[in-house]
Amino acid sequence: MKATVLVRPKPGILDPQGQAVESSLRHLGFEVSDARVGRLVDIDVATDDETEALTQIERMCEQLLANPLIESYTVLLNGDAAGREQA
Amino acid sequence: MSDQRPVIPVIVWPGSNDDRDAQRALERLGAEAPRIWHTDAELPRETAAVVLPGGFSYGDYLRCGAIARFSPVLRAVGGFAADGGLVLGICNGFQILTEAGLLPGALRPNASLSFVCRDVRLNVERTDTHFTSRCANGQELTIPVKHGDGCWFADEELLEELDANGQLVLRYAAGANPNGAVADVAGVLNADGNVFGLMPHPEHAVDPLLGSADGALILGSLVDAARLSLAAAV
Repeated sequence: MKATVLVRPKPGILDPQGQAVESSLRHLGFEVSDARVGRLVDIDVATDDETEALTQIERMCEQLLANPLIESYTVLLNGDAAGREQA
Repeated sequence: MSDQRPVIPVIVWPGSNDDRDAQRALERLGAEAPRIWHTDAELPRETAAVVLPGGFSYGDYLRCGAIARFSPVLRAVGGFAADGGLVLGICNGFQILTEAGLLPGALRPNASLSFVCRDVRLNVERTDTHFTSRCANGQELTIPVKHGDGCWFADEELLEELDANGQLVLRYAAGANPNGAVADVAGVLNADGNVFGLMPHPEHAVDPLLGSADGALILGSLVDAARLSLAAAV
């Protein structure tokens, strides 16, 4: 089953990359604010069971893909937001 | 105090690049400092302290230090630390220790987004630790930093706790914070006082010829503590 994990800096965490992107977008003339830059991980999990896939991915996030102190994550299964959003 | 040379291995990962400087500095300060490859599952039997050097372990993919923490040698380092063994992490070594949960907080990209490489001034907040015993109370040190991800972070609750416990041992001097670290924190001690990590590079400042010998105070403190632990074990 294909899954996408979105990893974001938690609210309140200084995100200099997001600030740089936001500033560049403003230079281009776009009226934007609150740009945040995270990370996207596509993975193919060796199961067809959604619950099992979610359980595994949450463990992956806790052990490696995200640092719970500074990052939150969202899991998308087959393109749809699934399961819990870990704040 | 014994005049025996304590064994302080320096761990080497693919991408480590300060291991030789650390080795040379430690040996100059009176230690034996064999370099240990990251696939080794055990530390030398006579290990009195361990140093995790700077660099870019495993290319620093995902997050700095995030992959290195799964290397076989780090399991050994974790066991050594759990038994009260002395562990020092410098720069990338500090990042690895936070990722491994052996030190509190996390290291984020510098607030400036620039790689900083220069001497910084530091304040020693405590001298009653295994890593700062050679420093004088309130001493200001000059030691270089060179990193892109040195912005140490802890949320308010954790910060208060660490401050109350006296774990924020090294801070950038007023106006000298090179990376945006919260509370100007440059070096953090664990609760038990046997694991320490810092972003500045003491191994690059062990001789006046290099601009400063203040780094020798940090590494020399570790060598002293390692020698004492050796004497205690006999």
